[in-house]
Amino acid sequence: MIEELLQSSPSWANFGIFFLLGAVLLLIVLGFVTYGILAERKVMGYMQLRHGPNQVGGKWGLLQTVADVLKLLLKEDIIPKAADKPLFIIAPVIAFAPSFMVLATMPFTDQFQFADIGVGLLYYIAVSGLTTFGMLLGGWASNNKYALLGGMRASAQMISYEIPLVMSVLGVILLSGSLNLNEIVAAQKNGWFILLQPIGFIVFFIASIAELNRTPFDLPESENELVAGYHVEYSGFRWAFFMLAEYVYLFAMSALITVIFLGGWLAPIGFLSFIPGAVWFSLKFSVVVFVYIWLRSTFPRFRVDKLMEFGWKVLLPIALGNIFLTALIKSLFF
Amino acid sequence: MIRTEEMILNVGPQHPSTHGVFRLVVKIDGEIIVEATPVIGYLHRGTEKIAENLQYTQIIPYTDRMDYLSSMTNNYVLCHAVETMMGIEVPERADFLRVIAMELNRIASHLVAWGTYILDLGATSPFIYAFRDREMIINMLNELTGARLTFNYMRVGGVKWDAPEGWIEKVRDFVPYMRGQLAGFHDLVSGNEIFLDRVKGVGKYTKEEAIQYSLSGPNLRSTGVKWDLRKDEPYSIYDRFDFDVPTSEDGDCLARYHLRLAEIAESLKILEQAVEQFPAEGAILAKVPKIIKAPKGEAFVRIESPRGEIGCYIASDGKKEPYRLKFRRPSFYNLQILPKLLKGENIANMIAILGAVDIVLGEVDG
Repeated sequence: MIEELLQSSPSWANFGIFFLLGAVLLLIVLGFVTYGILAERKVMGYMQLRHGPNQVGGKWGLLQTVADVLKLLLKEDIIPKAADKPLFIIAPVIAFAPSFMVLATMPFTDQFQFADIGVGLLYYIAVSGLTTFGMLLGGWASNNKYALLGGMRASAQMISYEIPLVMSVLGVILLSGSLNLNEIVAAQKNGWFILLQPIGFIVFFIASIAELNRTPFDLPESENELVAGYHVEYSGFRWAFFMLAEYVYLFAMSALITVIFLGGWLAPIGFLSFIPGAVWFSLKFSVVVFVYIWLRSTFPRFRVDKLMEFGWKVLLPIALGNIFLTALIKSLFF
Repeated sequence: MIRTEEMILNVGPQHPSTHGVFRLVVKIDGEIIVEATPVIGYLHRGTEKIAENLQYTQIIPYTDRMDYLSSMTNNYVLCHAVETMMGIEVPERADFLRVIAMELNRIASHLVAWGTYILDLGATSPFIYAFRDREMIINMLNELTGARLTFNYMRVGGVKWDAPEGWIEKVRDFVPYMRGQLAGFHDLVSGNEIFLDRVKGVGKYTKEEAIQYSLSGPNLRSTGVKWDLRKDEPYSIYDRFDFDVPTSEDGDCLARYHLRLAEIAESLKILEQAVEQFPAEGAILAKVPKIIKAPKGEAFVRIESPRGEIGCYIASDGKKEPYRLKFRRPSFYNLQILPKLLKGENIANMIAILGAVDIVLGEVDG
């Protein structure tokens, strides 16, 4: 259906349909964010001998995030006097918008995808890089020293880790011969890329944690050093937008890993394919999200200089070696 | 042409990693610290001055609030000073209760130091594991004294309360449990590459520097100086127990981290022996006059608190209040080396170094 719409001439009706579809995706994503945050708090809670939210919305705390968002909506909107007002206002939007844009090319199942563009993977990486601007601008516009340091760290980290991220995924592209996410999934019919590209997967996964600014790479907002980093001056819903961006990226990155390394909506074994692809996708996706949460509650934080060293001196050479190895294997055996 | 500028960053008194209301004014060039100036006094309550108008027994609750993570040793140092002046002999059972309480408190204090240190480095879970075990100790001490932190347990000549029934057995059971937990702590954190990256070789100083800056406790022992007052100037009944004084030669944050965990193990050894030898009968308070009057003169005693040497100086003119009271507060002295250590480090190391010093602001500010 979407294919037809994309081919048809532009009209108001088409625009309306696209807008509605976007709203549907936004609702799905917001639903994920709501319960993703709850899951994170619950899982971390149990890992840390606590119960997590258990008051609002029954004993599972099902409405906790909703209550939190309502509270954030009702909070006073504070803009510091010394802040650069227009930049301060637009920074959270710049940080959030790309996180939602990247979802457009994500093939959740073989039917449910918004834009099946030829360079889906490239699109994801390119657009997700834009969020750094939002963080840097937010840190700069706040006119706060902690925020500035956080913004600087964010941009340095994002640039350093985007390179191994891209390099590690090149092996997958070599094997599948395409940048199109659908074709990458189709290429995994006989074996997931996590098995064919184990080195690439590890590098990609580590770099992706850094991209998501999660522990152990949460330096831009490291609470114990920079108080809250780039969003230290933000409160209320502007702050919520930064958080939203973070969790939508968690959604997007987990989806991306599922698609390019875990075989997307494909069943792991052929005879299980009677179970719908959406189920497989969400199962794999949930496992990835769980691993992210697990890592968060386990590791301490990297140090800034070690982080850079690790990115440039360890991850990048490994990723480059992986490309070489993959190319060699492909030209010799395929 | 790139122009760089140094900027002044105010860390604290409301920063999450300053362990209280400590303030640090750092001049930074990018993230590198050029100069660091500690500012203290946000928690100053004038304990020593207030004490000049209080009777000796009334001062004890004030000592609870100095190093609030280790109130027992503070209680003890004051009582010990007065007892020394008056020549009071403490009953054996009271001495045992004091040692058990102090060692339990030392473990609790080191657990807080361990948990918050890892928390400072960015890991959230170990903190909670440490506090779970600390909670067990706090509950035991609560049973003994009726308070969780500010115990007000010791009196001149003994202790206020006897151990309730079954309490000693609880301590006995706690020792093997805590040994298991300790092994778990090592498994969880001590070998973590990220953790080692952050603390190995960070905040290094030599033996000479440590002595020049008058450091004590794990901060001193991390440079290889084997100096523990429980061994070197035994007070109370510490000479009856067999335990080691762990030291390290490295002098960095990792050494201090390991020493604190090793000291927990040593304290457990002492607890084990103390519980074994605990006298079944006996008084818990020596025969002391109703109104305690230290004789004219002065006295200085020092003991080993979890943070280092805590000393108490009393000058008395024979009245029921001291003429002058002075505490040597180890956190305050340990903090002196900080500006020197921080020069040339980055912000992340600043947190690691400050955390490894293990200060308690109630003690720094007095």
